[in-house]
Amino acid sequence: MSTESEEARPQTIDLAAEYEESGFAEVLDELDRTLIGLAPVKQRIRETAALLLVDRARQKMGLSHETPTLHMSFTGNPGTGKTTVANMMAGLLHRLGYVRKGHLVTVTRDDLVGQYIGHTAPKTREVLKKAMGGVLFIDEAYYLYKPDNERDYGQEAIEILLQVMENNRDDLVVIMAGYADRMDRFFAANPGFRSRIAHHIDFPDYTDAELLEISKSMLDAQNYKFDKQAEKSMAEYIPLRRKQPHFANARSIRNALDRARLRQANRLFTQAKGPLDAAALSTIAEADIRASRVFSGGLDVDKGTNKDAAE
Amino acid sequence: MRITQGCFSFLPDLTDEQITAQIEYILGREWAVSLEYTYDPHPRNTYWEMWGNPMFDLRDAKGAMMELDECRKVHPEAYIRVQAFDDTRGFETVMMSFIVNRPPEEPKIHMQRTDVRGRSQTYAWDVR
Repeated sequence: MSTESEEARPQTIDLAAEYEESGFAEVLDELDRTLIGLAPVKQRIRETAALLLVDRARQKMGLSHETPTLHMSFTGNPGTGKTTVANMMAGLLHRLGYVRKGHLVTVTRDDLVGQYIGHTAPKTREVLKKAMGGVLFIDEAYYLYKPDNERDYGQEAIEILLQVMENNRDDLVVIMAGYADRMDRFFAANPGFRSRIAHHIDFPDYTDAELLEISKSMLDAQNYKFDKQAEKSMAEYIPLRRKQPHFANARSIRNALDRARLRQANRLFTQAKGPLDAAALSTIAEADIRASRVFSGGLDVDKGTNKDAAE
Repeated sequence: MRITQGCFSFLPDLTDEQITAQIEYILGREWAVSLEYTYDPHPRNTYWEMWGNPMFDLRDAKGAMMELDECRKVHPEAYIRVQAFDDTRGFETVMMSFIVNRPPEEPKIHMQRTDVRGRSQTYAWDVR
């Protein structure tokens, strides 16, 4: 370290003050409040946040000059909150000053890969341009790589991505998301990604109790509520739904609630005889949940295979 | 001869940081950034070639700077300008335009005097 540049640097750094100043606490609080369950994810984010905070302090004291690699991979089943967390991550990184704008651009293979020769590169560039200064979230990233088709244009997109992930580390953060096993295979086939992604965060499935909590908070957000029996039948519904195919954690719950609201509206419309009060309009009753096909053995197409499970 | 048109053209050439700052200003006003280039800087040549489409959903100046780098690589000897387009109803026009790249040796604007009907004279300018 040269002496003249040392003068401008602080001798000590108060991490607590840095923490306060960065507005970190608000984001982490929000994370705690809005996300139910996901304890390991929250833990990892806390750790990452601490690392970034210390790293920033080190930069201020001149101990490190490199921008840390912030690219991440989120693995987990569908509906476990990957996009939601990515959004919060963008906010977090923005507060710390690691990304300039803090917006999230969500893309899938279709947005990056073209349909004919020479179509892919401009398409990928276009997306990258939009994502500059923010976070690029690539959902189901493994679809980019199709090993069975040698001439697949996905490879081209991968090359451009890798280049930008390396050269524009100050400008954007890439988060890749998808199922754990398929992401592992994807990384094994593309070692370039593995080495450029520093943080791997695994999203566990929600437990039944957590899903019930989630369903209540979802309804709450829309000013609906369960009555006593409806809550009980929802608690029964969740394990039944889990055994059915295409179970997507919180997303399945959201869809179930959408259908329950539909049934509630229908019920009120056909059965109501007289004026309805606000409570009646915002209460989901047992019948609205019980009418679900999940209780009677699932979708017709799945009936044969899942009859035992559903009953 | 130094071509002067658009903003800042009487100032020394903008550095990349200054261009970035200007583009940030443009984005801050929610105008769309676009790049255009030409080899014919005649003042009457209003229509320059477009370099890609106007970037309507850009959030950060870096995206435009990437395009500028690309354009400079392909057309190092061209005039390149950054334009800011305001799509607000009632405006729908270019709000700002400045040159960000010039050829190392700029052409001369040459004046030509010609006789026309009845010994009167007219003047024309061409870029050589």
